[in-house]
Amino acid sequence: MKVTELPGDEDSGPTCRTYVFQNESHTLGNALKCIINRYEDVDFCGYTVPHPAENKMHFRIQSKETPALEILKRGFQDLEKVCEHTIDVFEKEVKEFNKM
Amino acid sequence: MPLKDEKPRLFLEEFRVKNAPNDYGMADEKWSFKKFTKKFRIVIVRMDNFEMEFDLIGIQPAFANAFRRLMLSEVPSMAIEKVMIRNNTSIIQDEVLAHRLGLIPLKADPRLFEYRPEDATAGTEFDTLEFTMKVKCTVNKSQPKDSYRAEDLYENHSVYSSQMKWQPMGNQASVHKEADIGPVHPDILVSKMRPGHELDLSLVAVKGIGKDHAKFSPVATASYRLLPEVTLTREVRGSEATLLQSCFAPGVIGIDSEGRAYVRDARYDTCSRNVYRYDEIKDAVVLSRVRDHFIFNVESVGALQPNVIFVEAVKILRDKCKSFLDELNKFN
Repeated sequence: MKVTELPGDEDSGPTCRTYVFQNESHTLGNALKCIINRYEDVDFCGYTVPHPAENKMHFRIQSKETPALEILKRGFQDLEKVCEHTIDVFEKEVKEFNKM
Repeated sequence: MPLKDEKPRLFLEEFRVKNAPNDYGMADEKWSFKKFTKKFRIVIVRMDNFEMEFDLIGIQPAFANAFRRLMLSEVPSMAIEKVMIRNNTSIIQDEVLAHRLGLIPLKADPRLFEYRPEDATAGTEFDTLEFTMKVKCTVNKSQPKDSYRAEDLYENHSVYSSQMKWQPMGNQASVHKEADIGPVHPDILVSKMRPGHELDLSLVAVKGIGKDHAKFSPVATASYRLLPEVTLTREVRGSEATLLQSCFAPGVIGIDSEGRAYVRDARYDTCSRNVYRYDEIKDAVVLSRVRDHFIFNVESVGALQPNVIFVEAVKILRDKCKSFLDELNKFN
């Protein structure tokens, strides 16, 4: 299991969750936070690496209505799209550059 | 001093760094993939097999930083991980020698190999490269008279990376060419010896990532900086123009035939705030950086081309997203 839920949000409905990612760090945390923070229905989104010697990252989402899990999934989908787009544009530019 | 276009800027003033007054730090903008694709541009400035410079324009700092971090610590490469020492009578200690050998960059393409499983006791031809290094230092019998140079007195007194010999496992010899496997640089000094000293080693190289050990990092450096901009607000001429020119990196400020200073190319400015030391010209310039224009510099260690390293880094982030999505879809 690479993703788990942190206990403590059982009474607060599906809109608030903290997810724990094993073997992840600022690389994924900050990029994902940067997208999710910009969503319309998100109240709060943040991440932390609780201890530098432990290889994990906590990711917190609080929203108005949408379940936190939905938002997290959407975040991953958008980040994936950003990556795809970056690769496409970059490879096109490299091809152009090599033609010259 | 507001500039006309819409670029978000950071102003480097004499005693502080200031955001543009209408700039709220790109943080309150709502996310839209369409908007991102519209703004996003890549420009390749310079590229060869070892080094490249390119611009990512219109991107969030979080993404730029993620790509940089991925290149440094998560793109795999091959490096010597284990050294079996059968004989080492040189003065360099076993563990120091093993460490030195580990840092030698290898040419092998990491994409053609797999990670060795954690519980594996022996390597296979798909995840391991084996080398041997057998060197013995002797007295040079045919030494010229009157020479006291070590090269003349002894044979094999310097051990170089080119002296490691690849030992193909299984089918490897038909899959890989010998020229694509060994060390990137043949002239890395491993050890110095004297007659009677001997090395008999077998080296095992595996695939790994920079997070585990820096020797697995495929880049020597991967860094970014923001595009600098220098704007002149009034005419500067004569001796003031020469003074202004000397405040910046060479090539940033030019002086035309009438002795007037103009901004030639601010891209390679060091962004030092030296101008502010001179009262007579400090009111003539505005120094700024464009906050969504990242100049990347990627220097490869030699196994992969820098453009391939960048694409690999972005692919790793994409695959991470994919695998997390799969896992989250199974949630609850």
